[in-house]
Amino acid sequence: MSLHPILAALRKHKAGVVLIALQIALTLAIVCNAVFIIYSRVEKVHRPTGIDESNLLLITQQWVGAPSMDTPAGVQQLDSMLRQDLDTLRRQPDVTSVTSITSLPLLNSSWVGGVAVKPGEQTPGKNDVHTAMYFGDEQMIGTLGLQIVEGRNFNASEIAHKGMRDQGEPPIVIVTQDLAKRLFPDGSAVGKVVYFDGSSTPSTIIGVVRRMQTPAVGWGDNFTWYSTLMPFRINATFSRYAVRTRPGQLDAVARTAAAALYNGNPLRVIDEDDGVKRFGDIRGDAYRADIGMAVLMGVVCLILLAVTAAGIVGLTSFWVGQRHRQIGVRRALGARKIDILHYFQLENLMIAGVGAVVGVVMAIGLNRLLMSKFEMQSLPVYYVLLGLLVVMVLGQIAVFVPARRASNVPPVVATRSV
Amino acid sequence: MLGYYIDLAVRSLKRSPGLTLLMILTVGFGVAASMVTYSVFRAVSGDPIPWKSSQLYVPQIEMWGPKGHGGAGDNGDPPDALDYTDAIALMRDHRAKYQSAMYMITPSVVPSEAGKHPINVMGHAVFNEFFAMTDAPFKYGSGWGAADDEQRAAVVVISEKLDQKLFGGANSVGKIIDVDGKDYRIVGVLNKWAPQPRFYDVVNTGGFTTNADDLFIPFMRAIDVSMANDGNTNCSEIPAQSGFKGLQLSSCIWISYMAQLDSTADAKTYKDYLDGYAREQQHSGRFAWAPNNRLRNLHDWLDAEHVVPTDTEVSLLVAIGLLVVCLVNTAGLLLAKFLRRSNEIGVRRAIGAPRAAIYAQFMVEAGIVGLSGGVLGLLLTGIGIHSVSWVLPKDIANLAHLDFELLLLTLVVAVVSTMLAGIYPTFRASRVQPAWQLKSN
Repeated sequence: MSLHPILAALRKHKAGVVLIALQIALTLAIVCNAVFIIYSRVEKVHRPTGIDESNLLLITQQWVGAPSMDTPAGVQQLDSMLRQDLDTLRRQPDVTSVTSITSLPLLNSSWVGGVAVKPGEQTPGKNDVHTAMYFGDEQMIGTLGLQIVEGRNFNASEIAHKGMRDQGEPPIVIVTQDLAKRLFPDGSAVGKVVYFDGSSTPSTIIGVVRRMQTPAVGWGDNFTWYSTLMPFRINATFSRYAVRTRPGQLDAVARTAAAALYNGNPLRVIDEDDGVKRFGDIRGDAYRADIGMAVLMGVVCLILLAVTAAGIVGLTSFWVGQRHRQIGVRRALGARKIDILHYFQLENLMIAGVGAVVGVVMAIGLNRLLMSKFEMQSLPVYYVLLGLLVVMVLGQIAVFVPARRASNVPPVVATRSV
Repeated sequence: MLGYYIDLAVRSLKRSPGLTLLMILTVGFGVAASMVTYSVFRAVSGDPIPWKSSQLYVPQIEMWGPKGHGGAGDNGDPPDALDYTDAIALMRDHRAKYQSAMYMITPSVVPSEAGKHPINVMGHAVFNEFFAMTDAPFKYGSGWGAADDEQRAAVVVISEKLDQKLFGGANSVGKIIDVDGKDYRIVGVLNKWAPQPRFYDVVNTGGFTTNADDLFIPFMRAIDVSMANDGNTNCSEIPAQSGFKGLQLSSCIWISYMAQLDSTADAKTYKDYLDGYAREQQHSGRFAWAPNNRLRNLHDWLDAEHVVPTDTEVSLLVAIGLLVVCLVNTAGLLLAKFLRRSNEIGVRRAIGAPRAAIYAQFMVEAGIVGLSGGVLGLLLTGIGIHSVSWVLPKDIANLAHLDFELLLLTLVVAVVSTMLAGIYPTFRASRVQPAWQLKSN
């Protein structure tokens, strides 16, 4: 079929053509970016933290009238209270292991420091390596279900304790594989020494775990996988315990854990809502905003595509009505139904094609704007191409109904006057 | 005339119900999507204390020097909170009308009734001028006086919620409560007060929080009893000494600060004072660098702290894009609809209607479509605002609400934008040549 008659006809109603093409272009630009946002959020939410997330509880509690964490005697007292709690929890039925711990991945309560391979190195700037520190005991690895890929776990005799604000670097640490590679790119990190927070006291790496996310949510993207495990029970007026239960017993333990702790020592606060938390809830809270954003973008995309499709149907219907007589004439002169159908389909393909090309440029422009203002990532080319395909197909689907109606115009129309 | 145009418009719209419905749906969805995201945006970008935000200032002092800079995203600004030394020096110099250093605390309160578990509360340790500066509303009693700060008195201001929990909502001024094992005398009970964002301590709350402060105690009293700070602590180097005392002697930042300065001249004087203070520190050898201070008013401070979540801004931008698409769509459909009636226009023009009359007629028609779309948009906006609570984080979703202003805005946006979309189609309609139309019939 020759394109010439189509072009000639389009020139007759420029405004409508421009409006549809513009609409397709805008739709393409927005949908590409929205889908890209959805994809990056979904990808983020599905990242494994590196810990075994099922059957894991976190208990946060605060003692009332606790001794000071700033005096040696107070720290001793706080430590015996903490060990009493650990003991209470470990004796609970269906509990397989318990550790005291300062935070968990995705908890958004973090202890972040710098780590270097040289002593006394305060290096702000691009080469500064941040790490999130988890303080716990020899059951930390087992309770969290971390996988040691090299070296070994802490043993019970290596666990020390200190007041939350006391100084002192640990003689040994365990780091994640990513952090080990960052610090020692050429070879094994086990047995090497590192220095925390510009200190000159060396800490020897005794083990490497495969993967463990930091507690940070919504920030700290430059050290998401740089975690360090420290062999300390931290003594403060509050404490946290990670509890692993037997499979299927999570809810049962969650119900009774607080009561058991109150039983051992009633002078404490365990928040009714957040005191005992399943890891699933911690994950849910951490990613709520991301899931919300993905849903919102999804809704916007659906409305956009629906509106654009409806617009194409509406305007094409109008054109079909307008050209009723011409269609009749063509039919009377021997055009088949399929020719009329193809005419409108081809016409739509041309308009959508022009719109889509403009849309590709706009999509990239919008992406650049979002990148400069909102730290979004660069839109991969295949998204734009996929978007282009989607709007072209959408156009074809939308045009089909009015085009078929056009093809059903009987030749006899040509003989009637309007 | 208007009545006649409305009549014409309704007849015309009825003639093609499908197209009309399509336009109304388009306008409705477009307007609703932008209104829902706008309501969230409005909630998070709102001014928490509009009558005073231009008089409230947050000072920043460079106490870390060049070694505290250079990380990713560093723009040369000094740290966004104060260390103990500088906060206390600023309080001692007392150069603003009102000022308060503050830090976040989460002590436990033990109910006097036996058998009840202690409860955890969130609060702030502040100076007495905090209440006048933030216009905190009192239900009973008042804040404490300067003398109480000086004497480090064991006094407390509690929230209505805590008063409800402990005293059943009665006037509890003068009563004693147990905070972290020590007795405090209640001097005031606040009315419901949870400004969003929590402007007086953005650094620790991130701006928005579902928790409200339940108690306030004198700053120096909290320091005396070593009440732990529960907010963020940032250090550029390890404190030389351990413990809370060590934290106070260090350059670690953990204290928020706010000052009320009534005029820009006062603000200028205060900024000069800050720079003078930093120079003094430089001379005494504590700072080894030139002064690098900031004094931002509340509006600029909330901006600098990026209180409005990025997602909210992106959503609003995308929703406005959606509205534009809907309007382009409506413009196309109106164009089709208007030009289909070329005959009618030709007849009207031929029997004497001026172009202005055609304009009026078709703008009225566009306006009616916009109004109907707006009414649908109201309904959809209501549903949308209801649903954001299960998609967005609670601290933000709770803030979005439907009020008269938003309802009115929805209608206005719908009508105005549809009429804008109708301008070109109307222009085309008014250009219809009567002679040509009549001839072709």
